[in-house]
Amino acid sequence: MSVKNKKKKKIKISDIIIYAFLTLWGLTTVFPFVWIINNSFKPSREVVNSSFSLPLQFTWENYLNAFSKLDILEAYKNSLLISGSVTLGVMVLASMMAFALTRYQFRGRELVLSLIMASLMFPIFSTIIPVFKMMSNFNLINKSVSVILPQIAGNLSFAAIVMIGYMRDLPIEMEEAAYMEGAKVRQVFTRIIVPLCKPSLATVAIFCFLWSYNDLFTQLIMIRRRTKYPICALLNEISSKYGTDYGLMAASIAIIIIPVLIVYIFLQKNIIKGLTAGAIKG
Amino acid sequence: MNYRKGEKIMLYKKKLPLLIFLLPGLLLMLIFLFEPFIENIINSFYDMKSVIRLPGQEWKFIAFDNYKKMFSDPKVKIAIMNSLKMMILAVVFQVGIAFVLAVLVSLIKKGQNIFRTVYFFPIVISATAIGLLFQLFYNYKGGMLNQLLKALDVPAINWLSVENAFKMVSIPIIWSYVGFYFVIILTGLNAISDDIYEAAAIDGCPKFKQVFYITIPLIRGAMTTCVTLAVTGALKVFDLPWVIVPKGAPQGTTHFLGTYMYEQTFTISNIDYGSTIAFLIVILGVVVSKLVSKLMRPDANL
Repeated sequence: MSVKNKKKKKIKISDIIIYAFLTLWGLTTVFPFVWIINNSFKPSREVVNSSFSLPLQFTWENYLNAFSKLDILEAYKNSLLISGSVTLGVMVLASMMAFALTRYQFRGRELVLSLIMASLMFPIFSTIIPVFKMMSNFNLINKSVSVILPQIAGNLSFAAIVMIGYMRDLPIEMEEAAYMEGAKVRQVFTRIIVPLCKPSLATVAIFCFLWSYNDLFTQLIMIRRRTKYPICALLNEISSKYGTDYGLMAASIAIIIIPVLIVYIFLQKNIIKGLTAGAIKG
Repeated sequence: MNYRKGEKIMLYKKKLPLLIFLLPGLLLMLIFLFEPFIENIINSFYDMKSVIRLPGQEWKFIAFDNYKKMFSDPKVKIAIMNSLKMMILAVVFQVGIAFVLAVLVSLIKKGQNIFRTVYFFPIVISATAIGLLFQLFYNYKGGMLNQLLKALDVPAINWLSVENAFKMVSIPIIWSYVGFYFVIILTGLNAISDDIYEAAAIDGCPKFKQVFYITIPLIRGAMTTCVTLAVTGALKVFDLPWVIVPKGAPQGTTHFLGTYMYEQTFTISNIDYGSTIAFLIVILGVVVSKLVSKLMRPDANL
């Protein structure tokens, strides 16, 4: 009896240590965001002196300031336009490519597949200068399309690999049956393949959207006019312009984080599954 | 791999639809990935006066001058060293912490989901926002860390001084991506069948030993994925250092290959030199990922 009790107690202690340790790391990921939201409601003076306490002088001033000094809504619009187009473009093109590569038998298929694999090794740095040249040649600098097209191309190989992996394993019987009934290839693709691929399309969509939305590098290079700035480019400018106004900084960061936080809470299961499934297959 | 399912049925005999499905994506990749990639390598051998060659302008062929310059440029050396250091830190701390957390979470019964959600959160936040946040932590005057020190009666520290800057920049880089590797490893851990652990427990193998004899060998695939992503990810670092310590401040000591390439190309307009650094990043990426798969041999039967 006593031995049994002892064992039970031992397990409990180790569990407590494990939970304590896990919570500790959890605090490091939660604390910065709580800290920033808390401080966004204080005047700068208070942020500098007592950033840990709750606001003594609760104020919306920073938020009003942020929306009047910075064109945050405009930047949101620009970002949504860019990242939405990238996501849609990649989903369409990647599933088409994957369809061609899994269903058709043709000379050069191995070559196309190895080109796709090879392009995974190209970091954005190694293609951006000629792409920038191309965009200035066509007078597309400062236009959303100058970010959209390179980002679609940059995500396409990863997305195609995820889609190929998924499409390859779909049973072909349905397509056979559809063919017997007189369906065209286009119909087979849009009515059978695409609906069946929803899970992997979700993976691709989430990954592309986040990647495009968060990509400061391409935004900095292609978009040089302030009114056209997407979110990240705008944020980058805030620090050099208003870096000493801590309250404004905190509010701007909070404005950027809160919508993502809300979306994350609702979609977190899909996001986590999607990103890792993608990474492992990629 | 078998991609040849389609050849079995008549539906996919006609080749015209194939072109319609394949070409748009392929063309886009050729125009925005392959052509620029090759052009970038060629550019590194020329003395470019501007991004676009103006009419009548001659670009001199300078062969390996840029490469020679690169290997004697002390700032490139700093950038390479920082990027290599970042790789090691990423493998040791990012993947290391992720592994410990994943093993611990797999041992508990309640709350797995909460920890996963919380740990993963920083990944969806843009590095730019995280960079600004850490700026507010590190500021000399009234930054969060120095407020802590003040409360403890310790004199303020310049967190972004020459000695500290690299360390302080690498902390958010590592911290923000631990959750990513954590989820990959946890997924691998959950795929291990409980039967194996039960059998080991019956044979008298304690939980602690099971980690070394069962868990680690069985998740080598996931670990290889993580290490590969961590080292290639370290080469792609740009946003966080660019926001926290712009242009390699102080005195170029926090330049990474990405930020140095950006500065050379787009603020100093040394375009051909920027192209050369970009190509160096590609080569390093290929070499380190080959090295990782050689060292970790994910497919070998040990």
